[in-house]
Amino acid sequence: MEHKHPGPKIDQALFHRLVVAKWKVSLTLAAIMMVVYYGFILVLAFDKELLSTKIGEHMTVGIPVGLFLIILAWLITGVYVFWANSSYDRAVQDVLKSMRRR
Amino acid sequence: MDPNFVSTIGQPNATSIIFFFVFITATLFITYWAAKKSRSPSQFYAAGRSVTGLQNGLALSGDYMSAASFLGIAGLVSLKGYDGLIYSIGFLVGWPIIMFLIAEPLRNLGKFTFADVVAYRLKQKPIRIAASLGSLMTVAFYLIAQMVGSGSLVMMIFGIPYEYAIVAVGLVMITYVLFGGMLATTWVQIIKAVLLLSGATVMVVFVLVHFGFSYGELFKQAAVKYGDAVLQPGGLVSNPWDAVSLGMALMFGTAGLPHILMRFYTVPDAKTARTSVFYATGFIGYFYILTFTIGFGAMVIVGQDVISGMDKGGNMAALLLAEATGGTMFLGFIAAVAFATILAVVAGLTLAGASTLSHDLYVNVFCTDGATEEQEVKVAKRATLALGVLAIVLGLAFKGQNVAFMVGLAFAIAASANFPALLLSILWRNFSTVGATASIYTGTILAVGLIVISPTIWMDVLHNPTAIFPLKNPAIISMTGAFIAGYLGSVLRPDPDASKKYEDQKIRNYLGVGAE
Repeated sequence: MEHKHPGPKIDQALFHRLVVAKWKVSLTLAAIMMVVYYGFILVLAFDKELLSTKIGEHMTVGIPVGLFLIILAWLITGVYVFWANSSYDRAVQDVLKSMRRR
Repeated sequence: MDPNFVSTIGQPNATSIIFFFVFITATLFITYWAAKKSRSPSQFYAAGRSVTGLQNGLALSGDYMSAASFLGIAGLVSLKGYDGLIYSIGFLVGWPIIMFLIAEPLRNLGKFTFADVVAYRLKQKPIRIAASLGSLMTVAFYLIAQMVGSGSLVMMIFGIPYEYAIVAVGLVMITYVLFGGMLATTWVQIIKAVLLLSGATVMVVFVLVHFGFSYGELFKQAAVKYGDAVLQPGGLVSNPWDAVSLGMALMFGTAGLPHILMRFYTVPDAKTARTSVFYATGFIGYFYILTFTIGFGAMVIVGQDVISGMDKGGNMAALLLAEATGGTMFLGFIAAVAFATILAVVAGLTLAGASTLSHDLYVNVFCTDGATEEQEVKVAKRATLALGVLAIVLGLAFKGQNVAFMVGLAFAIAASANFPALLLSILWRNFSTVGATASIYTGTILAVGLIVISPTIWMDVLHNPTAIFPLKNPAIISMTGAFIAGYLGSVLRPDPDASKKYEDQKIRNYLGVGAE
């Protein structure tokens, strides 16, 4: 693989902040998804009755919970896109600008 | 429903034949148009990086929503009720993981395959050989499952012999990929995704009309007819280790499927890559909510005995429902959509396999003194032809075999061989060449080895009384093993040059500087 970029001097502090912020957001959101999903699976494995609890005549808790998981998976990607498009991309531009100045 | 209802499934249906030819004609026109633009490797593998976020989101969901998940999950819901939803959730939760952990680095660091990212600062040859093993195994098992499934499906829908169905799927698919490359494949995926999503939406509207637009009424009638159990979790999740292991395979396997990963190179930049995952997750999630409704609709309107009478696994549930609610016209449309779905997924898999053979193995292992772009495309096209023929041969060879485990195996290998190495190469400065190869080989060998001695093959296929390995899915062991092997290999055989290049990699990874 070639490394073609011109070897610019980078504002290390600014860049470091960007990388830390990116993983803070990414890992937090990934952790939320994993806790919710594996939590759901473990409830299925250990306490099925909980999800079979009736809300209404026949409806069980499991159905809204399942649909909620699907919608959550989508919303949480939306949260990331919103953060990345505003905060992250702006920070990237700042670092790039600082590289051009030097 | 009408007690005199007799399904016409299995007989040639005029509407489906017409829709089918319209689809084939339209997509072949696109292929003809794309063929003129598929001369350079970047055009052939990555559609010239010109795909927009919405287009790639549709194409990603087109690659992911296979006929198996449309017909299979609707069928599972129609026969088992709630348990079908558990599967859908598992298939969806990998997408946020792709978004948070790998989508942007993949786009910024790679060129055509995910091995580009793993090999970015490591030694090319050993990494490319190992990574292509992981890729080709994943693609092969997924492809066999799709081909065998499609043969039986087309046979049941159109009433043509299995062999003809396999050869037809193979030839049309080869035409798309061989002449139109990624651009034609992308448009086939987009058209298929739109057809599938709109067809399923119309079917759900028909179901809801039947129940006065009330989900409460739908669930109530299901419970009255088949007992409250259909609205409760049943026997799908019993052993917690098995459940967590399957969950890991689905969640991280999605983030290691080569045909999904290569789609990220078709967009111009990381920002578009990220937008496309958002669209894809939305479309796929919406689709699973539709299949859940379709499954319950089929359960009540068609009835479980009719569904299981036609196919034990319930695969015909969605088609029977289409016929019961919309007549033979609508059945014809949905059948044609199911066929388009098969073609699109098989085309995506073949292109991923061909790019591994030509870009990873030919260009970076066998022809290191420099292959020209023309040579690379030529090899990619030959690889496409070879893989297409191989897909047909495998489809014929596995006729009548129970290949349901192969999708699970493909996900387990993807989660164990591909995902750990990819993640470590992005995140860990001291990841070394030995660590990466150890991780990929350990993941592949453990995933394949354990599944052979698991109940899935040892008991169900080889008919032994007990299994040596107790879990149905090996991911919990094989994926953990791949991470441990990656760590140990890197600590025992460090790669100081690679660690030094990590700063360069970071700049390109996070800022997109120098990304192609």
